[in-house]
Amino acid sequence: MSSLSERPAGAVVGRSLRHESAALHVTGRARFTDDLAPRTKDVLHAWPVQAPHAHALLSRLDTSAARDVPGVVHVLTGEDVPGVGDSGDSDDEPLFPTEVCFHGQAVCWVLADSLEAARRGAAAVRVDYEPLPAILTLPEAIAAGSFQGAQPTLRRGDVEAGLARSAHVLDGELEMAGQEHFYLETHAALATVEDDGTVLVQSSTQHPSETQAVVARVLGRPRHEVTVQCLRMGGGFGGKEMQPHGYAAVAALGAILTGRPVRVRLTRSQDLTMTGKRHGFHARWRVGLDDEGRLQALEATLTSDGGWSLDLSQPVLTRALCHVDNAYWIPDVRVTGRIARTHKTSQTAFRGFGGPQGMLVVEDILGRCAPLLGLEPHELRRRNFYQDGQTTPYGQEITQAGRLHRAWDQVTRTAGLDRRRAEIAQFNATHEHRQRAVAITPVKFGISFNLTAFNQAGALVHVYADGSVLVNHGGTEMGQGLHTKMLQVAATALGVAPDTVRIAPTRTDKVPNTSATAASSGSDLNGAAVKDACEQIRDRLAQVAAQRLGVPAADVRFRDGVVSGLGTGTTVPWAEVVAAAYVARTHLSAAGFYRTEGLHWSSTVMQGSPFKYFAHGVAATEVEVDGFTGAYRTRRVDIVHDVGDSLSPLVDLGQIEGAFAQGAGWLTLEDLRWDTGDGEHRGRLATASASTYKLPSIAELPPVVHVALLEHAHEEGAVYGSKAVGEPPLMLAISVREALRQACAAFGPEGTVVELPSPATPEAVFWALQAARAGHGGGIEGGDGPPPPEADPEAPERRPQTETLLHQLGEG
Amino acid sequence: MTRTSRPETAVAPAFLRVNGQGTPLGDVTPHTTTLDWLRDRGLTGAKEGCAEGECGACAVLLSRPGADATTTEWVAVNSCLVPAAALDGQEVVTAEGLGSPDRLHPVQRELADRGGTQCGYCTPGFVCAMAAEFYRPDRTTRAPRHELDDDHEHGPNGFDLHALSGNLCRCTGYRPIRDAAYALGDPTGTDPLAERRRRPPPDPRHTRVRADGAELVRPRDLTETVRLLADHPDAVLLAGSTDVGVDVNLRGSRPALLVAVDRVPELRHLQVDDGSIRIGAALNLTEVERGLAGRVPLLGQLFPLFASRLVRNTATLGGNLGTASPIGDAAPVLLALEASIVLAGPDGERVVPLADYFTGYRSSVRRPGELIREIRIPVPLAGTTAFHKVAKRRVDDISSVAVAYALDVTDGTVVRARIGLGGVGATPLRARRTESALEGMPWARRTAVEAAAVLATEGTPLTDHRASARYRSAMLEQSLLKLHAEHPAAGEEPS
Repeated sequence: MSSLSERPAGAVVGRSLRHESAALHVTGRARFTDDLAPRTKDVLHAWPVQAPHAHALLSRLDTSAARDVPGVVHVLTGEDVPGVGDSGDSDDEPLFPTEVCFHGQAVCWVLADSLEAARRGAAAVRVDYEPLPAILTLPEAIAAGSFQGAQPTLRRGDVEAGLARSAHVLDGELEMAGQEHFYLETHAALATVEDDGTVLVQSSTQHPSETQAVVARVLGRPRHEVTVQCLRMGGGFGGKEMQPHGYAAVAALGAILTGRPVRVRLTRSQDLTMTGKRHGFHARWRVGLDDEGRLQALEATLTSDGGWSLDLSQPVLTRALCHVDNAYWIPDVRVTGRIARTHKTSQTAFRGFGGPQGMLVVEDILGRCAPLLGLEPHELRRRNFYQDGQTTPYGQEITQAGRLHRAWDQVTRTAGLDRRRAEIAQFNATHEHRQRAVAITPVKFGISFNLTAFNQAGALVHVYADGSVLVNHGGTEMGQGLHTKMLQVAATALGVAPDTVRIAPTRTDKVPNTSATAASSGSDLNGAAVKDACEQIRDRLAQVAAQRLGVPAADVRFRDGVVSGLGTGTTVPWAEVVAAAYVARTHLSAAGFYRTEGLHWSSTVMQGSPFKYFAHGVAATEVEVDGFTGAYRTRRVDIVHDVGDSLSPLVDLGQIEGAFAQGAGWLTLEDLRWDTGDGEHRGRLATASASTYKLPSIAELPPVVHVALLEHAHEEGAVYGSKAVGEPPLMLAISVREALRQACAAFGPEGTVVELPSPATPEAVFWALQAARAGHGGGIEGGDGPPPPEADPEAPERRPQTETLLHQLGEG
Repeated sequence: MTRTSRPETAVAPAFLRVNGQGTPLGDVTPHTTTLDWLRDRGLTGAKEGCAEGECGACAVLLSRPGADATTTEWVAVNSCLVPAAALDGQEVVTAEGLGSPDRLHPVQRELADRGGTQCGYCTPGFVCAMAAEFYRPDRTTRAPRHELDDDHEHGPNGFDLHALSGNLCRCTGYRPIRDAAYALGDPTGTDPLAERRRRPPPDPRHTRVRADGAELVRPRDLTETVRLLADHPDAVLLAGSTDVGVDVNLRGSRPALLVAVDRVPELRHLQVDDGSIRIGAALNLTEVERGLAGRVPLLGQLFPLFASRLVRNTATLGGNLGTASPIGDAAPVLLALEASIVLAGPDGERVVPLADYFTGYRSSVRRPGELIREIRIPVPLAGTTAFHKVAKRRVDDISSVAVAYALDVTDGTVVRARIGLGGVGATPLRARRTESALEGMPWARRTAVEAAAVLATEGTPLTDHRASARYRSAMLEQSLLKLHAEHPAAGEEPS
């Protein structure tokens, strides 16, 4: 066992603790970035002027009338930028654009004494536009050849030969929608200027170091003149990895120019219309299977909707390609990816980071193929699972296939799937208007940043002379419980009680050059760095304690706030050892560091071992669909998920269930719509508010939710034997979609193939079940796309169901 | 202590009692939301998540008249929608006021211990919505049932999960929140908010707040209201503020005169007599639901599907009809019930059948200076009623299509059919051709199928982000098939 994964007796990790800020959350005391504004004197409020075109040239920007509005102090424009006016690092996201590239893009920002004055000022800014043609949908972009960034191909073997030897070759298309993060806290930043002219930016950011870098670049200053602090976030989900930088820069720029604190907080509609979302994808595929349903070959082209600029679209695409296999062995593979450039928000990281989109392709294929092969979908999936020793299409060896098999069998058993399938068949046979189905799907998700350099982390731990401990680390808290886990890691490493340790807000002047808190890697990376720092201090304290205890330093043990020596009955309280160490002039602070070993990845040939390990999970979901409307309920969910040896079970359960709900939202309810017509509002987000973009509410919570952590899941080489948890369980929600597909099929004759759009809204489900009823559930062979969710003027006239019914009544 | 329901004259400046502390309203405009006002005073627990009453992150507790006027009830409302000035003299409790980290309120403790908070941003709103249900006087325990029984939306402690349907959480998936809700006990004898319920809430005050070129007035009575409206025909009526508040927050509307009518006594009655049920236009939906106590089953079906509890706690039938929105859910139901509305104006009152009220998109026969005083529902009620709402989300979503039925079936024949539709035209409307197709026909599957074909052609549905036109038409058709499947004639097999 490695020293990193070894868990000492009496460890604080592994205990179910409350979220470290829970008492502050529930009493309204927990402060978020924008809660600082009312506590700050003389704050200026910022309001953007948003362009009403998807694509246009800015021919004139006249801010004079705005400056006459009472309370308006300044209008920020490109002329105010001393450095580089870009909100990213690729120079494709101008902070103050002269060419508008999406509807709602901010062209300038008004600063005023009150938000109301800023809003009025923004309304008074005069902007003239020369509208240009706009590309909005993936089919439009594909037809126009509008792409950006690299177009990688992941290949193994000979896909043509694989298809040639397959007994069944099927092809098809899938278009899946993106998803709005809808963190409850919208983007926020508050910048203040220090006495020496340096800037402190409070930002709701998952990536303080990059926020710092972008702000410094915009201001034309070295990074040591910009400090970024993130207290905590009201949700991030990837949406605050790249996207906060521009808003932080606006606040910092305003503060530098006016000398007053500047607050930026997007309204919900501004956040929805200005910030990036999960990428929608289009996939066209050909798949070959043998007579037993074993996958032989997969050829696919994945096109993501990147929006107007690259942002993180390239690594998102890479991860999508690396997850097209999900849990399945496919001998011959060729998958090409490309990124469409459209006149929409710049799509960005979102929990799963392309993984969900990649996985959905193969799960959609299997869900559509199973009836054609005459196999139960669960049987088809199980038959194709990886075995140890096989490799992924990008060349990484599979070493924990058994975990997925175990999780699958455990869910099958504990959820009583065999019994319930029989009960469901009975229910369906006796209910004409309601049909049920249960589907089980696996997740195998690679953990680490694909880009090797990001897999590093730092920490700064102080032990004060009274024995209290303060931990700084590079990770940010967005609700995922990272700080809780880090507190438990520090308490374990130092052998103290949890309440001896406090976690400080994340600041770039405490731990520099950090990676984003992303890719589910927060605990793995920062945990190892915190542990390293704590162990440095502990080893120094052991020297001091060894003298008091009369044992060699190697025999000193720290546990529960008590320091003891092996073979002696004597103990010394932690605080006494610390006090003695201080007097003995011991350094009681340490910087910890960690880099993940053994990773390699070549993005040019798309080969390597980019992941430290895979996280695994299995979910079985039962749904009931109403045949009259397509409305549905999820009745029960059973999950077994692999989190290694959990650092904090309450936190991990929360991550699993929350991710599942968010994934279910993506696949069913959440329905981003842009105006794709040719009218004056072309390109406008039609679902730009909480009343039009609906998240799952508590009414969507299934009556029965059973979640178990996979047992005997120690992860060798990861901090205290744990595994990452943030993203992988999101894809467990694919079981909801597959259950809906199966329930729709149940409305039709045996063996009906159902094509389901994504999201599977009640309307989409209604058309799918109507098609199933009509006995034409869509042919995979023809490669028809999913039925259009909206009325298509070209579509044949809908034949009312009553015609058929009347016909039947007439005969009867 | 006697209680008058008329506003006292406001001699003192406007104030709110927040967490037990009298706090001058201070320098606010009539449009300043309660949320912004609280946050400016350092009470930043309540958050803005959407500014339109959809997410509940801003929820706070408000004291309101209980079922009998001598008691107080704690209700949760969206503070982002209600102007602070509209709460002049009222009592507000926020998450900060419920408990502190050292002394957590039972609701706070359950949420904290069970993993009910992750990012914590929605949490103060959940705490307040949950606390309102915790203090609901008629929350009674029920025997635990099988985990897959139909009523999993009530806890063994009587907790109604619908109380939380207006609070969004993006982190937890809600299961720990439900567990926390269902684990709550009863308030202890010394609980100050439980104790507070035994006394009446503060009276409304005769508020006048003027700033930023606008004014908010709370008139004492109907006479004063009508006079105000006569003098200022462009005045905007404010009851629940669930529509006005959205206009102010999202669309930059800044009405010059807001007239708060939610406590006008002549608008707050609920009477059931031989010929009709009369509902005061300014009763909020929670009050109407409680007051009717199931006497109008069709409305009983509507209420749980009408927005969320947080919205129903302030939204009124008068407001829902006053906006004349084509997608308001009350209109189809009231059309099916053949309701009339009583309009009060400077020239007295007139009674308008609701079917004649709507004239176009968000327009009606209501003249400037008039307000809806009462909704009248004739009795006896039809024997077979149903409300079908089709939306993307099951609860707290705007209807793609809403259909309300009121059918009288005598000796197997449909003698009277009234069908109200929402979401398929510029106004809510009656499905008159379908009604004709049903009346006089035997209530049988063939009739239902034939009438469904007619219903599918009613209205002029559009394609938008909620649904396609063809889905809306299909839903009309399916709705009548569903009605028959759920209410088959005697002797017909239920399907």
